[in-house]
Amino acid sequence: MDIRHIARLARIELNSEEILRYQTQIDQLIQYVEKLTELDLDDIHPTSHAVEIFDVMRPDEARDGALSLEEVLMNSPSVTQEQFRLPKVVE
Amino acid sequence: MPTTDYLVSIGLEVHVQLKTQSKMFCSCPVRFGEAPNTLVCPICLGLPGALPKLNAGAIEMTVLAGQLLGCSTPEVVKWDRKNYFYADMPKNYQLSQYDLPLCLGGEVPLYELAYPKDAQKSIVHPGKVVRLTRIHLEEDVAKSTHHATYTLVDFNRSGTALMEIVSEPELESAEETVAYLNSLRQILVYSGVSDADMEKGQLRCDVNVSVRPKGQEKLGTKIELKNLNSISAVRRALNYEIDRQIGEVEAGRPIQQATWRWNDEVGQTEPMRSKEDAHDYRYFPEPDLLPVRTAPFVERARAIRPELPHEKVARFEASYQISHYDASVLAADRALADWFEQAVQGSTAPKKVANWVINNLLAELNARSIGIADCPVSPTTLAALVELVESGKVSNNQGKEIFALLFERPQDSPEVIAKELGFEPADSSEIEAIIDEVIASNAGPVAEVMGGNEKAANFLVGQVMKRSKGKANPKQVTEMILLRLRPS
Repeated sequence: MDIRHIARLARIELNSEEILRYQTQIDQLIQYVEKLTELDLDDIHPTSHAVEIFDVMRPDEARDGALSLEEVLMNSPSVTQEQFRLPKVVE
Repeated sequence: MPTTDYLVSIGLEVHVQLKTQSKMFCSCPVRFGEAPNTLVCPICLGLPGALPKLNAGAIEMTVLAGQLLGCSTPEVVKWDRKNYFYADMPKNYQLSQYDLPLCLGGEVPLYELAYPKDAQKSIVHPGKVVRLTRIHLEEDVAKSTHHATYTLVDFNRSGTALMEIVSEPELESAEETVAYLNSLRQILVYSGVSDADMEKGQLRCDVNVSVRPKGQEKLGTKIELKNLNSISAVRRALNYEIDRQIGEVEAGRPIQQATWRWNDEVGQTEPMRSKEDAHDYRYFPEPDLLPVRTAPFVERARAIRPELPHEKVARFEASYQISHYDASVLAADRALADWFEQAVQGSTAPKKVANWVINNLLAELNARSIGIADCPVSPTTLAALVELVESGKVSNNQGKEIFALLFERPQDSPEVIAKELGFEPADSSEIEAIIDEVIASNAGPVAEVMGGNEKAANFLVGQVMKRSKGKANPKQVTEMILLRLRPS
């Protein structure tokens, strides 16, 4: 596991001492989980959820007014024309 | 090597907004053109701790679209997190489907009329069918507007149900790609799940394109193209990019896998990011949403599955004895096809009604730059007009005049307008008198008609039309003259 790659994906800056420390810790974690490979899992399907519950849905009905404009924008560092204003994003 | 020695492979990722009432994972309404950030809640704003709730209606629509495109649906589907950072999605993951999407496989037939007009006469693979890889159901992101020094973000669109339709790389030219997009759009509009209007952003696409020398099995290195905002832009971008890639290969410069963006103003593609910056999305199952069993959805979709465009074409040909081309023109637009079917109800001349719709109605709509949905003339009014012409009460040209006036006065009946224009030759004694005069003063043509040359009657009809100042009906006048002069 390349700790630098993971850190970059997570947008976390690490110094060389931290890289060393986290690399050791994450390697230990993965080693621990790898214990599972000692078992014979050929007949076990991968599970995405631990509980056998399906079909939790809601009907397609709309409801207005969940938040006021003031509430929506209260965390924005800056507001222009009722929108979140950010440094220019280029892509 | 000349360009023709290269094979082109194009695959598409098409994003389509669904016409649901509410968003994919919350109950906020889906509406366009509202004031910014007024259709927003903690879920579609991505606030910490907010829990998503699956919209059953969006699942139903996606399964229906899949049925129309011949997809299969896994028994159980689930949702996954696709992780990346971008300002239009503040929770830092998009809810999407990874290994168990709603639809697998499927295909899109390329309809002839879906090709660009100038390419319809030189279709390389008539009847071509393009295979789909999958369709998954995810959420749309917020809308960013980029200004000179800042970006504004509006979350009204955030969380709108979005289908992503992925094709196999089987398209071989810009023209086939246009046909694919138009055909796909037609089928989606038929299914009623989306208006799929590219100008409104309801249908958006990314295109993957590669070239390779003929004879080479393995696909060339692909370039992903972004920022394609209209179907004509897709065509321009692909033609440019195909030429560019062949030029690179010819010059001995291998293509590097990357994402490029189409600059429509300049008319060229520009590099955006290389493979090294490619995203690593680290998909994992969304713990806050439970899997869904699809059997009831598939059963329902089968029950309500509407007719497909090519099925409608076949039915129109058989039921109304119209040509394949005419049937295709009518069926290309579901609303137009429905309008035609209403007009043809109870009509004794369905073929004539089809002609009127294709030749006259479409021209009038074009001249007014309106769609069939905004057509002021009702289908039953057109049917009445066609009956009027077919019964010989008014001529074809008079019918066209009446038709044009009907657009100004759609509440009036064609009969009323015909009377006003003096087209109703009910007072045949007046016409009889004119015919008498014409016969008396044109001995030569009269003798010819009496001798069996019926074509000579056209001259006499013309004279009658002139003297009646165009108010007589030429069809009726011809009959009246022949009745008198035809050798018995």
